[in-house]
Amino acid sequence: MAKTDNKTSVPKRRANNGKLSFGGKWQYAKAPESTDHVAIEDRYGLFIGGAWVRPKSGKYFATINPATEKKIAEVAQANKKDVDAAVQAAKKALPAWRKLSGDDRARFLFRIARILQERAREFAVLETLDNGKPIKETRDVDVPLAAQHFFYHAGWADKLELLFPGEKPEPVGVVGQIIPWNFPLLMAAWKIAPALAAGNTVVIKPAETSPLTALRLCEVFEQAELPAGVVNVVTGDGSTGAALVRHPDLNKVAFTGSTEVGKEIQKAVAGRSVDLTLELGGKAAHLVFEDAALDQAVEGVVRGIFFNQGHVCCAGSRLIVQESVHDLFVRKLQRRMARIRVGDPLDKNTDMGAIHSSEQLMRIRGLVQSGVDEGAVLFQPKCALPKNGFWFVPSMFTGVTQSHRISREEIFGPVLSVSTFRTPEEAVKKANDTSYGLSAGIWTDKGARILWVASRIRAGIVWNNTFNLFDAASPFGGYQESGFGREGGRQGLRAYVKLRSGLLPG
Amino acid sequence: MSGSLSPTEFRVPPVDAVALEARTADLATRSIKKDAKVQGLKLAIAMMDLTTLEGMDSPGKVRQLCQKAVAPLPARTDIPSCAAVCVYPDLVKIAAQAVAGSGVRVASVATGFPSGRTDRRTKLREVELAVRAGASEIDMVIDRGAFLSGRYGAVYDEVCAVKEACGDAHLKVILETGELKTYDNVRRASRIAILGGADFIKTSTGKVSPASTRPVALLMLETVRDHYLETGKMVGVKAAGGIRSAKDALRYLVLVAETCGDAWLSPEWFRFGASSLLNDVLMQLEKQRTGRYQRGTDFSTD
Repeated sequence: MAKTDNKTSVPKRRANNGKLSFGGKWQYAKAPESTDHVAIEDRYGLFIGGAWVRPKSGKYFATINPATEKKIAEVAQANKKDVDAAVQAAKKALPAWRKLSGDDRARFLFRIARILQERAREFAVLETLDNGKPIKETRDVDVPLAAQHFFYHAGWADKLELLFPGEKPEPVGVVGQIIPWNFPLLMAAWKIAPALAAGNTVVIKPAETSPLTALRLCEVFEQAELPAGVVNVVTGDGSTGAALVRHPDLNKVAFTGSTEVGKEIQKAVAGRSVDLTLELGGKAAHLVFEDAALDQAVEGVVRGIFFNQGHVCCAGSRLIVQESVHDLFVRKLQRRMARIRVGDPLDKNTDMGAIHSSEQLMRIRGLVQSGVDEGAVLFQPKCALPKNGFWFVPSMFTGVTQSHRISREEIFGPVLSVSTFRTPEEAVKKANDTSYGLSAGIWTDKGARILWVASRIRAGIVWNNTFNLFDAASPFGGYQESGFGREGGRQGLRAYVKLRSGLLPG
Repeated sequence: MSGSLSPTEFRVPPVDAVALEARTADLATRSIKKDAKVQGLKLAIAMMDLTTLEGMDSPGKVRQLCQKAVAPLPARTDIPSCAAVCVYPDLVKIAAQAVAGSGVRVASVATGFPSGRTDRRTKLREVELAVRAGASEIDMVIDRGAFLSGRYGAVYDEVCAVKEACGDAHLKVILETGELKTYDNVRRASRIAILGGADFIKTSTGKVSPASTRPVALLMLETVRDHYLETGKMVGVKAAGGIRSAKDALRYLVLVAETCGDAWLSPEWFRFGASSLLNDVLMQLEKQRTGRYQRGTDFSTD
């Protein structure tokens, strides 16, 4: 078994420790959110040029509910010709859209935001069905934040000149966007809202396994009377995405997803006049100092890694805790993990839903097995899982070293690895010992230490005494293999404009 | 009675206000329906210290309160009695007679309630008299003047002295969190009270706003949980003042259930100090039973 110098053993209870028991006296009754108000069609086409069209490929594929493995609907498999039709539609829509005043573009974005809010429950339920994440998250995080992104960027649409003093911002043009399955609606909003605010037109490809909310968003665009072709949605697998990024008429590609695919895309656009932003993987560290508010740090670590089943690129998957409080903190975490309610994502009391796909489940299982094989100590609370669907118990490894696979590779699942540090220098060194650099969390009650540590961590987002908190006004993006470019905030808009110097007429 | 402890004993880990409130808000989204709701509301009644603490309290009002505590809804035998009635010391005797044999206990506020601004001997004498008159629970207030000026030892000594004066009566120590202002203070005061021998730590007198809040209750629950895990000794928590709706009461119970667990889901270890809460709980229970809301006038007022 691999050992570091630091204390890495699993903590033992002290002899006179009391034991708590839960759930024996008062159990919550089932509280499922109703699905009656969400009409789902058997089959969805592509949304191109403001109309629903059949794929030229003639092919469809099924999208399933990860919590039941039952088919929800069929969606179109777009091929190269379909992608071309979508890009041409976006190209055709571009001149009129970019000519609109910022004020007019803002009206559309405000409308979209308001309609999203009005239909929030419908979107939350659909997202939960298609993705497997709990209704409490889609209801309280995904959908409100998606609406916020449209509101926020609506506010900038007529103020772009203020962002870039002395320069004239112009739209980049036709933008190809590819988004992942972990936040399907939210990622669509992150991508579409700034693009439209800046006067670009869009072809977006949702993830193969979670296309339904992006397609439903097209209904919102129709309702908002967004001009035809301004946003086009093509569904499909990796080949659809490959066709999109290779299309010669694109002016920009924006991708969120795995580092592996990100590198492929970077190759595909190399040598062309195509702007690129990549938001890729992560292996974020929580640094917990002994003076931190430990009970709240436990909550933050739980939110950091078990939020959205750990399917979060900025998930805090490495806990690096000061040795003096390691045992206490791990005990607190173990108790808290046992309280996580795993199960039916539609139940309003569910904290953790289904793993998104069987493929992802296999990946998580494989990496967890590697952790066991390499000698780290696995903790999993007792947890009854549903029979059907894809599930994984909240998991924590103690005794993890920097060279274990589980501390280097992105697991993208509910698996935390714990190691220790003794000095702030060591904490920073360990936090930075990764090929990624998307986010990090610092837990300490000391203001000076927050600044000292934060300025030395190579990550795009550093949270202090909180984690996984998002806001449309705050730029999001990474260092190193976590990608480049920022999304959200003023910095995010920069990727959707071309700047021309000097004061130009009109 | 022991002498003052070393100041290091009163040191407590810091509390992050934002995260504490976020956790409370998260737990407030728990959806409590059907059987769980009925069970929770009945438990809330059984945990209730039905309270009247007014200058205009009369023997008649106290007798009525006692009757209501013994049989909150006389026609429904499945509805439990309240845990206790809570009154001023001069009305303890009347209350004790009124609840005799019912299992409902009599709690008395003491130690110069609600401000605690009187001398130690008067406080102890008041406790002794209340116990002699039949109070089996004493709700004392801590000396906030001493606490806020950093004389933690004095607060501790007073809790110890009152505990001794209580004899067999249970001691609830009111922190008056609305005057302590910070969560760090709440945790420190909780620790002082627990070390001083409190059987219960209680949020508020009900005379200061804000009275009980859920983040404060969560913090106190975490403190008694940690104390239990360290020492094996259980201490109860009483949330008092400002809890008026059944929904709010259920949210408190969720905090108990998910922080301390089964052992604290009992009147022995968790209490509500309230007066108007009872009728809302009864109304919700009748709604669950009949499917309809009853008129307010269908429930007696105290």
